[in-house]
Amino acid sequence: MSGAVAGPGRTKGTEAMTLTKGEPPAGGTAAGAPGRRSHVPGDGTPAAAAIDQARRAMLHDVRSKKRTRIGADALMEALIRQGVDTLFSYPGGVILPIYDILGDYPEVRHILVRHEQGGAHAADGYARASGKVGVCMGTSGPGATNLVTGIGTAQLDSIPVVALTGNVASPLLGKDAFQEIDITGITLPMTKHNYLVRSADDIPRVVAEAFYIASHGRPGPVHVDFTKDALQQETRAEHPTADEVIAGLPGFRPTIEGHPKQIKTAAREIAAAKRPLILAGHGVLIAEAWDELRAFAEKTQIPVAWTLLGIGAMDENHPLAYGYMGMHGWKHVNRAIQSADLLIAIGMRFDDRVTGSVATYAPYARIIHADIDPAEIGKNVAVEVPIVGDAKHVLEALTKAVHPVERSNRAEYLDQLAEWRSDSEATSWHGSGGWREGVMTADYVVGRIGELTNHDATYVADVGQNQMWTARYTRFKRPNSHVSSGGLGTMGFAVPAAMGAALGNPAAETWALAGDGGFQMTSQELMTLAADRIPVKIAVLDNKKLGMIRQWQEIVYGGNYHSSHLPGPDFCKLAEAYGIPAWKATTPEQVDQAVRAAQAVDGPALIWFEIEEEQNVFPFMTAGKGLSDLIETWGGPEE
Amino acid sequence: MTPETAAHAAPPPRAIPGSGEARRHALVVLVMDRPGVLNRVASLMRARNFNIDSLAVSRTDRENISRMTITLHGDDVAVEQAAKQLYKLIDVLKVQDVTADRVVEHELALIKVRANDANRAEVIKIVELYKGRIADIAPESVIVEATGAESEIDALVALMRSYGIKELVRTGAIVMLRGAGSIEEALKL
Repeated sequence: MSGAVAGPGRTKGTEAMTLTKGEPPAGGTAAGAPGRRSHVPGDGTPAAAAIDQARRAMLHDVRSKKRTRIGADALMEALIRQGVDTLFSYPGGVILPIYDILGDYPEVRHILVRHEQGGAHAADGYARASGKVGVCMGTSGPGATNLVTGIGTAQLDSIPVVALTGNVASPLLGKDAFQEIDITGITLPMTKHNYLVRSADDIPRVVAEAFYIASHGRPGPVHVDFTKDALQQETRAEHPTADEVIAGLPGFRPTIEGHPKQIKTAAREIAAAKRPLILAGHGVLIAEAWDELRAFAEKTQIPVAWTLLGIGAMDENHPLAYGYMGMHGWKHVNRAIQSADLLIAIGMRFDDRVTGSVATYAPYARIIHADIDPAEIGKNVAVEVPIVGDAKHVLEALTKAVHPVERSNRAEYLDQLAEWRSDSEATSWHGSGGWREGVMTADYVVGRIGELTNHDATYVADVGQNQMWTARYTRFKRPNSHVSSGGLGTMGFAVPAAMGAALGNPAAETWALAGDGGFQMTSQELMTLAADRIPVKIAVLDNKKLGMIRQWQEIVYGGNYHSSHLPGPDFCKLAEAYGIPAWKATTPEQVDQAVRAAQAVDGPALIWFEIEEEQNVFPFMTAGKGLSDLIETWGGPEE
Repeated sequence: MTPETAAHAAPPPRAIPGSGEARRHALVVLVMDRPGVLNRVASLMRARNFNIDSLAVSRTDRENISRMTITLHGDDVAVEQAAKQLYKLIDVLKVQDVTADRVVEHELALIKVRANDANRAEVIKIVELYKGRIADIAPESVIVEATGAESEIDALVALMRSYGIKELVRTGAIVMLRGAGSIEEALKL
């Protein structure tokens, strides 16, 4: 039996505590602790020294720059000018000119990912946790196509990512050369903008534009493809100033301030409303408008509901924080939406997971919709008051324009909402406390992780049931503490995105909460975590199922369970093989100790939670239904 | 009394944007003349599920700026959505729906029609009535060149069909506002 693992894989329930070590490790790198077998060499051993030396040689062995300045230098200079400190990348033939000079730029930490998709998600997680632009890179052909899922994830969630790829030398373009693919053709419809650079002289301008476009207005990914010869050519091209960049992009002029007339109209609507509700979306976080949101809500005494990506826009403990909306949102929140007479939507896009059937959505409500992207307004639902602008500026202007409202003036409404809330929280499994009878419910695990991290970590969800449990039960209080692939719903997101998030916000503890399915999609990044000692704590919520698929098959497809049973490996042994200490918890009383043990590790750690195999996420709005048609229970008394 | 418990009839279903009556729209799109811009516009229309009826592209009198005329069918909200999505493209400088404006709208058509000594004069007569011209004459055919609004060309094509059309090519509409107003001049660069 491997040192960090205890207990044979599958048993659960009454089995003895499987935390092997007896105690959590007493600080320091668990992997290097004496007496523990590990594949990560302990500090101070010759093997560790050799690895360190090799790593330093790769990154910091600054060679003489007695050479000409080539396109690859212009690229690295441009990245450093943009404040890039981390580059998630994987080498390959045509980007070797960059790797050849990378050692000259120790300012940029190169993270050697194990798969380009991991690099793209890491750049995405870095951006979400830090608010800065994340950068990833891959070679031509398969390196580039491997980035595509990560770029798409960033596109659907408006994340500022700059993805760099190499391509074959320009004389070979279009000749089906080795590892040539039309990658700009592929990323064209799924990026905010993209470039193919064939000349070194264009590199400074294009990279500066890419960062500007990615991070201004509604953010999004920008892909830049460099031909190999562009990276190798000598160039004296200078970097443009910020003004020159803007002047060179006459077609890109985002609207920041809401139109005063629209603000006035909105204020009138707000004054007239009896049952108003604020819908806070990702735009609030992107615009760093959480203080403005709170001020607006407090001045008007209007409760705040949030979308999946709007989680964290308001501290969930705030008296006006009402909860998470939509397909798996809280019943009381959806009920409030369905009974509202005014929705004030800020930086959200009425996604189908939020509205359900549009025909029956918020039937009594007039809608004020503020978004920085004019195309979002009127796209999915018709609205009465459109406001184009940045959430921060719009909320500021709205707060100024509205009259203050005392809580007592909304008492009837707010009391009713409070009553609905206590109803809906009591009927969920979370409130019924299945864990007290020894059932290892996912909501309990997620709730304990939230609690033991003081709700102040960065929590990176994967996709599926685990994502909904994380959204519902972690109890978030800090902006950007919740990272989730909302739009594209990319399984395999959690571990690599958490890797980026941990580097993007090193001050916060970082947790990846993944199901056994999503975890197995990108588990190769365990090696990156180990090699670079990136302190991500991974919680694998293992129900041996593709849980959300199983849930749909149970409820919508008459119990026809095809391919949703998902055998997995011994996750502790897997982690240990990478040199990552791991624990297993199979009963509720083991959860706290496992979490504390993982927290005590200086570096990555993994906990294998064997959870109840058939727990569903409720409420559940099936496709095509409306927010008033939530399924709250199914089958036996427990569900 | 909350709406949930109120004893009044359920409200009418919320309208779904884009579900209104479709009509023909013409969009003028000014774009930066950069590699791939046509691909970006076409790809966006396809990805957003809009069906382009015609698309004409050319340079303008300004360096680096090209002009596209796109005609498409859709309800007003859907076409507005298409215009807004187009405007999000970095290389797009301006999008204007000129459907409701007074415009000159023309397209050019070349029609190769079967015509011999027996009916050539008849064909030419019709073409002249339509202010078209004969661009080429061969023993068994003529090439008719005509310009005009889409409906005028449609009418001429219908007449030519009775003689037998061997080949037809149309450029798609180009439009310009009547009067002194200029879409290009309004561009702030």
